[in-house]
Amino acid sequence: MDELSTVVRDYIIREYLEEGDDREITETTLLISGGIVDSFSMVSLKRFLEKKYSIRIPDADATPEAFDTVERIVELVRRFQTVASSA
Amino acid sequence: MAFIDTVRNFYQADLEAIRAAGLFKEERIIRSPQWSEIEVEFPVGAKTRKCINICANNYLGLSSHPDVIAAAHAGLDARGYGMSSVRFICGTQDIHGELENRLTEFLGTEDTLLFPSCMDANAGFFEACLKEQDVMIADRLVHASIVDGMRLCKAMQDTYKHSDMGHLEEKLQEHQDKRFRIIITDGVFSMDGDVAKLAEIVALAEKYNAMVFVDDSHATGFIGRTGRGTHEHCGVLGKIDVITTTLGKALGGASGGCVSGRRELVELCRQRARPYLFSNAVAPVIVAGALKVMDLITAGTDRRDKLEWNTRYWRGLLKDSGFDVKEGESPIVPVMLYNARLAQDFARELFEEGIYAVGFFFPVVPKEQARIRTQLSAAHEKHHLDAAIAAFRKVGQKHGILGLGKKELMARYAA
Repeated sequence: MDELSTVVRDYIIREYLEEGDDREITETTLLISGGIVDSFSMVSLKRFLEKKYSIRIPDADATPEAFDTVERIVELVRRFQTVASSA
Repeated sequence: MAFIDTVRNFYQADLEAIRAAGLFKEERIIRSPQWSEIEVEFPVGAKTRKCINICANNYLGLSSHPDVIAAAHAGLDARGYGMSSVRFICGTQDIHGELENRLTEFLGTEDTLLFPSCMDANAGFFEACLKEQDVMIADRLVHASIVDGMRLCKAMQDTYKHSDMGHLEEKLQEHQDKRFRIIITDGVFSMDGDVAKLAEIVALAEKYNAMVFVDDSHATGFIGRTGRGTHEHCGVLGKIDVITTTLGKALGGASGGCVSGRRELVELCRQRARPYLFSNAVAPVIVAGALKVMDLITAGTDRRDKLEWNTRYWRGLLKDSGFDVKEGESPIVPVMLYNARLAQDFARELFEEGIYAVGFFFPVVPKEQARIRTQLSAAHEKHHLDAAIAAFRKVGQKHGILGLGKKELMARYAA
């Protein structure tokens, strides 16, 4: 796991797993469709990423599908980092 | 666009996907008034079966109480059937104001506004009272209607882990830059039956200058020494800024809900809340019945006391029989089965034994948290609960699950 993946995974564990929940979160663990993160609570993850990486993820791109695995979240962040750096 | 074949096919496939996922909901037809014993036709066309009902929100047994029915009849005669108007045009009768005052007095708040349902109260409140510069911080297990209401509001949304006060405090610290903060919780959580930690929530709200919003639909009328709700139970009467609740559960079980709380917030709902502004007034017959309910629940605590006794007795029976029961004090008593298929089979087999209960599973509850949610009522007599536990034991024995905990149950049904 690279640094960005680790940051995302650590945030998910801290923000969404209850104390004593020892489920493993890998890059491909299904987060929303797997019932770990609900779409209602997903907004805090979006806000965290935007603040941490100084990016803006439009609501149209912040879909449950785009946030369903660490891998996809990392892809999303990279995409908008590129947008931010080329702007 | 006409409802052409391609459109119809799309919706048929959509419905088929719901069936294929095992999530298709079917109504069971009840051919009797709501009570602890009901007559049920299920599946449609089957012979009507008499059942003991342990899944209604009829907590105080008032849904078919003769005094409530008589008062509703009298209200129908005195004030008519419908208002044919929203409240602010020509839909407000004297009895609407009377019921609002009774609810204000009962809940210990400053003012109350009736809505067509508590779902509508929750859908209307946030948008009416909060703006972009504010933040709403909700417990992650709040009712779906609160989630919908928050989504209709432009204020920032955030959530905290269920009843985790440390996490809530972190969120309150994070949002100190906002104009207003509001902490949002259910009083009693509908799926788990646990009571919100309102004393701690109020303390945090005072420390971090936040308002507190409580949906007390599963508490009003019976939680707390005199049934005022979770704010009475937790010793914070008068300290909750907004209470939403329903007339559709303990308070007669018909329909209608309200926002009750700080005078200015209630008045803003009267001015701006869209479900209030654009829906008909609560029907006079329901208001008249609810006024009688208020008479009954303020005259004494016998019904909520009986409900408390029934709850303790039922919890004891389940635990003594070896079921895995969620801890709690409310009359919502979830029997944990963890596996969705088992929960569905268990409910169906209970029905064959004359017990009406429902299995809940993902997405209604989190994955691997499937359960039978049982709900007690003051209309239950001891013999109802004794008959229900006999059926639970029989079905539990058949599946060999008595005495098994979460790990054993999950391991057994892992495949």
